[in-house]
Amino acid sequence: METYYKPEDLPKFSEMSEGAPELWKKFSEWYGAVFQAGALSEREKALIALAVAHAVQCPYCIDAYTQDSLAKGADLEQMTEAVHVACAIRGGASLVHGVQMKNVNSKLTM
Amino acid sequence: MQARHKSMKASGETLAEANEQLKIINDYESPFPQFDDKYELVGEGFLQAGNVEIFQINLGKMCNQVCKHCHVDAGPDRKEIMTKATMQICLAALVQTDIPTVDLTGGAPELNPAFKWFVDEIKKLNRHIIVRSNLTILESNGFEDYAEFMAGHGCEIVSSLPYYKASMTNKQRGEGVFEKSISAIKKLNSFGYGKDGTGLIFNLVYNPVGAFLPPSQESLEKDYKRELLEKYGVMFNNLYTITNMPISRFLDYLIQSGNYNSYMQKLVDSFNPVAAANVMCKFTVSVGWDGQLYDCDFNQMLEMNMNHGAPAHIKDFILSTIENRRIVTGQHCYGCTAGAGSSCGGATA
Repeated sequence: METYYKPEDLPKFSEMSEGAPELWKKFSEWYGAVFQAGALSEREKALIALAVAHAVQCPYCIDAYTQDSLAKGADLEQMTEAVHVACAIRGGASLVHGVQMKNVNSKLTM
Repeated sequence: MQARHKSMKASGETLAEANEQLKIINDYESPFPQFDDKYELVGEGFLQAGNVEIFQINLGKMCNQVCKHCHVDAGPDRKEIMTKATMQICLAALVQTDIPTVDLTGGAPELNPAFKWFVDEIKKLNRHIIVRSNLTILESNGFEDYAEFMAGHGCEIVSSLPYYKASMTNKQRGEGVFEKSISAIKKLNSFGYGKDGTGLIFNLVYNPVGAFLPPSQESLEKDYKRELLEKYGVMFNNLYTITNMPISRFLDYLIQSGNYNSYMQKLVDSFNPVAAANVMCKFTVSVGWDGQLYDCDFNQMLEMNMNHGAPAHIKDFILSTIENRRIVTGQHCYGCTAGAGSSCGGATA
């Protein structure tokens, strides 16, 4: 395998229905409903998805939700801020674990 | 992509020629299904016009802007302008009919020296007039009184503002266009445009600044209204979302940026039979600056005249031969049938 990630694999996502069609059906319906406008607009949901895509570092999702954010009316400024939110949470999550390090350090050192 | 300062035609670019564009978009070896075959999903056979509701007239290709996506390839260097004699033939055609709306477009229609005379004459025929104004012309020397003139004639104004922020707007339409547009909107608002109860309709147009489809018109309109009012204190009536057609400068952009195939695929994959059933060519006549007749403004730019028994020039205009005509189609028609659809009046589904 030359590479694990190929752009042409993204449109094959629905092939995941093979083997477990009922589960795929449930997933697809739920997924579609999640991204419908509700208390949050479709644009806001696309930006959240884009941020999460960066947090989970999924190239398929980054491609798909950059396109989707643009198509839902977001611009580069909004998308960049969304990515920063993901980075802040990732960075913050690491840093806040430093409290555990400090706890252990306190217990073991004089 | 760098800002444009000249039209493709003035720059001598091959793609300025309609037949060169058609070679690309109608390439029979392309992987995309033929539009006519896809249209059969609508269940009406071929695409056919009904009654004419909009008489759209292109007053010329001259414009004070050189937008990167312009399907007209308009600009200050374009000299094609409708003459008063052709306008008189348009009026003679119009008077034979009850077509309720006349839609004036360009280029910048205001740059036609007979613009005010023509608006006066159309108004005498008691027709609703839409002017597709680029806004910045209303802030240009010699055109300062045009907003008031159009308000006095009850013209509806439709203007492009591809985003509610400066960066995206200026990227597509040129440096400083957003700021000048806001200034023009303030002027239009001062005459009552865009305000409830005045009867002066002012609509904005969003079109994507890149190779993607427009968002939900309803949702984006809320964002536009909120942002433009909060940040700039300006108002408008409706937002129309319009898809970029894969022709002229936008086609050039698609090819140069390597997005042509994926954009066409997106249009084809997003074919919506409901949007297709409501395409604007079904109720529109499009008149070119030289009096040539077309099914829509995009066919006009591709020099694909009306056909199938309908006349090719306004001097031969007979309404009965135009209504119910078969519409001339091409692969660019996918642009009007994708997603929520696209027309000069926004989404169609």
